[in-house]
Amino acid sequence: MMRDTLTGGRIRERRILAGMKQADLARRAGISASYLNLIEHNRRRIGGKLLLGIAEALGVEPSILTEGAEAALIANLREAASDTTQVSAELDRVDEFAGRFPGWAELLARDRKRIDTLESTVKILTDRLTHDPHLAASLHDMLTTVTAIRSAASILAESGDIEPEWQDRFHRNINEDSARLAETSQALVRYLDDAEDATADVHAPQEEVDAILARNGYHFDQMEAGLSLPHDVANAEGVGLSSVARRLFMRVLEQFAQDIAVLPKEKVIAGIKAEGVEPFVLANLWGVDPALAMRRIAALATAAGAEPVGFAVCDASGALVYRQPLDSFPLARLGSGCPMLPLYRALASPLLPVAAVVQPTERDEDVFTAFAYAHPFGPLRANEPQLVFSSMLVASRAGQPNHAAPLKVGVNCRICPRQGCVGRREPSILSRGM
Amino acid sequence: MEKRVLLVEDEPNILEAIRFILKRDGWSVETHSDGNSAVDVILRSRPDVLILDVMLPGKSGYDILREVRSEYTEDDLPVLMLTARGQVKDREIAERAGASRFMTKPFSNAEVLEAVRSLAGA
Repeated sequence: MMRDTLTGGRIRERRILAGMKQADLARRAGISASYLNLIEHNRRRIGGKLLLGIAEALGVEPSILTEGAEAALIANLREAASDTTQVSAELDRVDEFAGRFPGWAELLARDRKRIDTLESTVKILTDRLTHDPHLAASLHDMLTTVTAIRSAASILAESGDIEPEWQDRFHRNINEDSARLAETSQALVRYLDDAEDATADVHAPQEEVDAILARNGYHFDQMEAGLSLPHDVANAEGVGLSSVARRLFMRVLEQFAQDIAVLPKEKVIAGIKAEGVEPFVLANLWGVDPALAMRRIAALATAAGAEPVGFAVCDASGALVYRQPLDSFPLARLGSGCPMLPLYRALASPLLPVAAVVQPTERDEDVFTAFAYAHPFGPLRANEPQLVFSSMLVASRAGQPNHAAPLKVGVNCRICPRQGCVGRREPSILSRGM
Repeated sequence: MEKRVLLVEDEPNILEAIRFILKRDGWSVETHSDGNSAVDVILRSRPDVLILDVMLPGKSGYDILREVRSEYTEDDLPVLMLTARGQVKDREIAERAGASRFMTKPFSNAEVLEAVRSLAGA
């Protein structure tokens, strides 16, 4: 059936969508119900004043009734049909389908586009994993060097009667190979860092937002100065974001705006200068919730002249919903974090402020105070679980005395070398550790 | 008569370490580092056991082994393949090419020694 004969079918669809009876529309258009019935079944052509009257009665533009679905929609449907050989769609009736069921047709066309995008992402990721020559070469080089070191070291360790000449030779080999291993490892880390920057397009929506926040130092001066609203910042900074990432970004910006309204920049900076990075002290001083105090300190600590701080918020499942890491205090981007973090301990005791001295690496100078606080989130409804969010602010303790042994924490078990940790869930790739 | 092992590996320090432990165990050890000329060297040497790295300059260990297998069966010449890639598909490629044993880096000296002894029926 040709498209120009489908006006009647579109009128029928629009009338049903509007919840209007055939007799009502006919009366408004000044024709009989039986004549409208013939029009709706494409047995009478329609145009001129009658078309305008029916369009007005239905509250749509006349062109919606005469032109029907967009050409692009039809083209998308044709492509969707050609993607598969297992199902033979009625291509000769695609115009009729798009005209009679515009909603379903649009849904089908959008799903097809989404499948295209997902397939493309899967291909990119698969290619990267299987055909990345630099990665494969670096890993091969590392494993070969490790094998050489292991062989030479075990000869030295296990052969008591080895001649001095051979001893010297294997010592020299180990020395050379360990230098080479160090170089290869550094090159690999640099490469992975670069690859991470270059592949932002296939990151999860949360990571897209993380990248914008990191680029802006986790605060937006225009909003702090009252010169921009959340949607202004979203428009300026969110160019190219996926739709999901844009919604997440807006949610973050709206939270920023609410926080700024309660605690303006000047007040926060004055507080940090007077008391230091002390969220519980400042929350009492400002008369606000400790989680709000942490968010504002996280945004403005460096503006107040303090050392950069780390900040994270998780929900009750432990998933991070906000992440502001420090170079010296990384936070797991994906997957499960370190169960020893005060962030998770606070979840067990909502509304109880937690402060702990923590050490994220083996180096003595990297010691931090972690402040954590969990609080209910969202509306309280009968017989429905109350959501809980936990916030953790991490501040460097450089130069401060440590009176107790710090709590040992990590990023996550897979890359944590600590041995004998009670919180370990799985072995580390860096040591046996379990 | 002492049994002979031919070791084809381009990493000199691995070569030196494996040669040392095999010699100390009583094996006669020949070494070679180039992929292009490896097939000729193997056919000429006709060792009791061949240790063959996969990633060699010039020609891969898989290609070398396929050519060698057109001359010698697994009973004639047992082959231990060494590789840094330990995925199932790598093992399958090695088996199809005719490897008798497959060992993933980083391996230990004891593992290499045990594999060579076992392949030579020692």
